[in-house]
Amino acid sequence: MNTLTSRLSQASKHQLFWPVVVLVGLLAVNALYRPSFLGVEMKDGHLYGSLIDIVRLSAPLILVAVGMTLVIATGGIDLSVGSVASISGAIACLHISQQPDQNALSVVLVALALGIGLSLVAGTWNGMLVAGIGIQPIIATLILMVAGRGLAQLITSGQIITINSSPYRTIGVGYWLTLPVSIFIAIAVVALVSVVTRRTALGVIIEAVGGNAEASRLAGIRSRRIILLVYVICGVCAGLAGFMLTADVSSANGNAVGLWVELDAILAVVIGGTALSGGRFSLSGTVLGALIIQTLTTTVYAMNITPQTSLLFKALVVIAVCLIQAPAFRAKFTRRRPAAPLPPPQATASGQDQKVEVPA
Amino acid sequence: MHTTGTAMTRRRIFAVLSASLLATGLAACGNSDTGDKGGTGSGKIVLGFSQVGAESGWRTANTNSIKEAAAAAGFELKFDDAQQKQENQIKAIRNFIQQKVDVIAFSPVVESGWDTVLKEAKDAKIPVILTDRSVDSADKTLYKTFIGSDFVKEGKLSGEWLVEKTKSATGPVNIVELQGTTGSAPANDRKKGFAAAIAANPNLKVIASQTGDFTRAGGKAVMEQFLKANPKIDVLFAHNDDMGLGALEAITAAGKVPGKDITIITIDAVKDGMQALADGKFNFIAECSPLLGPQLMDLVKKVKAGETIPTRIETQEGTFTQEQAKAALPTRKY
Repeated sequence: MNTLTSRLSQASKHQLFWPVVVLVGLLAVNALYRPSFLGVEMKDGHLYGSLIDIVRLSAPLILVAVGMTLVIATGGIDLSVGSVASISGAIACLHISQQPDQNALSVVLVALALGIGLSLVAGTWNGMLVAGIGIQPIIATLILMVAGRGLAQLITSGQIITINSSPYRTIGVGYWLTLPVSIFIAIAVVALVSVVTRRTALGVIIEAVGGNAEASRLAGIRSRRIILLVYVICGVCAGLAGFMLTADVSSANGNAVGLWVELDAILAVVIGGTALSGGRFSLSGTVLGALIIQTLTTTVYAMNITPQTSLLFKALVVIAVCLIQAPAFRAKFTRRRPAAPLPPPQATASGQDQKVEVPA
Repeated sequence: MHTTGTAMTRRRIFAVLSASLLATGLAACGNSDTGDKGGTGSGKIVLGFSQVGAESGWRTANTNSIKEAAAAAGFELKFDDAQQKQENQIKAIRNFIQQKVDVIAFSPVVESGWDTVLKEAKDAKIPVILTDRSVDSADKTLYKTFIGSDFVKEGKLSGEWLVEKTKSATGPVNIVELQGTTGSAPANDRKKGFAAAIAANPNLKVIASQTGDFTRAGGKAVMEQFLKANPKIDVLFAHNDDMGLGALEAITAAGKVPGKDITIITIDAVKDGMQALADGKFNFIAECSPLLGPQLMDLVKKVKAGETIPTRIETQEGTFTQEQAKAALPTRKY
């Protein structure tokens, strides 16, 4: 029993170990390039510095990626998150822009309710297509990815809607306890999702559906309902991210808000150690993954890597992260150093460990 | 039914008169011409226009100008929004060809890859006019003309204003640049024009240059890091207003006063940008006018009437300082 728990904790440490190493490595490179990168100072009563920027800008990505994690855990994928973010931000900004007093709290609350409402509809639509009709997730959500951009354009009439509302602005650039408000929202959502999935059976059920939907159905799990649920959660997370993205610049641009965020989110999930094939998922890994991606973007700006080479630079880092994460790849290097093949540990090794060690 | 003679006279009048005068009279004229026009049913000139998308306030103003000018000229406008995708645009152009429109106009999303579809239009004997952005086809007969801004000139005007403003400066002047979408013609050309102009004063140095993708969010995120990495920034040159507007927020958050601590030069002159200029937050804007609708409709008429037109036409545009912006703002259309 004791060895089992220690092994479990070791394994979970192991899973997050490499993402943490990469994140620290990226920050270290930045610090070497410009020592003040890590510096944080007080300005206008809140913290100010590149690290704070990374935290603030990664908040929307964390939200989207957390929703995406649940979807991916069921073996699905949601390509429509960027469009849903754009729709939700657009409807919120449109509502605010039409009111005489844009600073009224009630106006902003109604705007947020409208955005969340549309995100719920979008998530339900995706869930119905996947769970109800049985369309493959990548195709089902591709529909809303394309159509949703058009819908966002319709809402904004193809214009950039500029608003001047300080309560709404707070979501994107406000500060609370010297830290960005947006990160508190992201933390709250992550905490809520992890409590709901890890303190109840929901997380295990989601993993069961992702592992084998048919087997879990035979075991008595209503897998369709679970699949519908994760798409709805994912839609709402994307909608919240849409508020942050539009509040950041106090304007809604139907075309640009959340563009390609689905790719960043999927990447964050994968870097965090959740397999695209579904099954086990790690929310903390996803959060780390999102931080890594945002740090990477900020690094490109901070080190002034030319735009022509920045995409290549990002790709190289991502490839490196994925390779470092892969046990099979690491094994190739670790195998040579210990001269004799390690004897299997006394506790029975898990299937994955055996796979790695047997050929050695 | 009119005789051919009257119809032709009518058409000649129609080519000469300006668009605004004809706003109402044309519809009646067009209807009576149905018989000898062929192909288009209603008899109006049918213009197929494929827009890049709606990525900025500038583009929206461009779209509105074209829609309004087409309505004023009494044309039937078939408008397509390509949402930044070349394949959508090619599809739209093929649709226009199938519908046998009279003239096709479009703003190419990218510069290359148009030869095939332009050849199809040429084979269908439908003249093509490029607006705002050009294509790199070697065969210049594939399109009639290219009407649009001279991006190099816009960059050059911005640079020349800065050279003039800083001629008394003794020390180095540190410039940061927010580029447009990497590889796009406006980003390449504005960068080129600006660099050429500031070469006149060796004190002027671009110390950092990064893409902000022509968006506010991009401009803001990049400027935040510029400010942290470079303690002394004197000038910001943004390839469009929207990136400059995003950068304003970053500059204010850094505790600096935009327009005073940092001189801000942008290009485009959209409404929000002009407002910032009038408020003293920007210092100079080189206009890139999107209001090419009336000029385009003029060209469409000339092309349809078989007149020869120059292969390169520049849109009419100027530059604005803070005082000029204050004066111009009340009458701005976009």
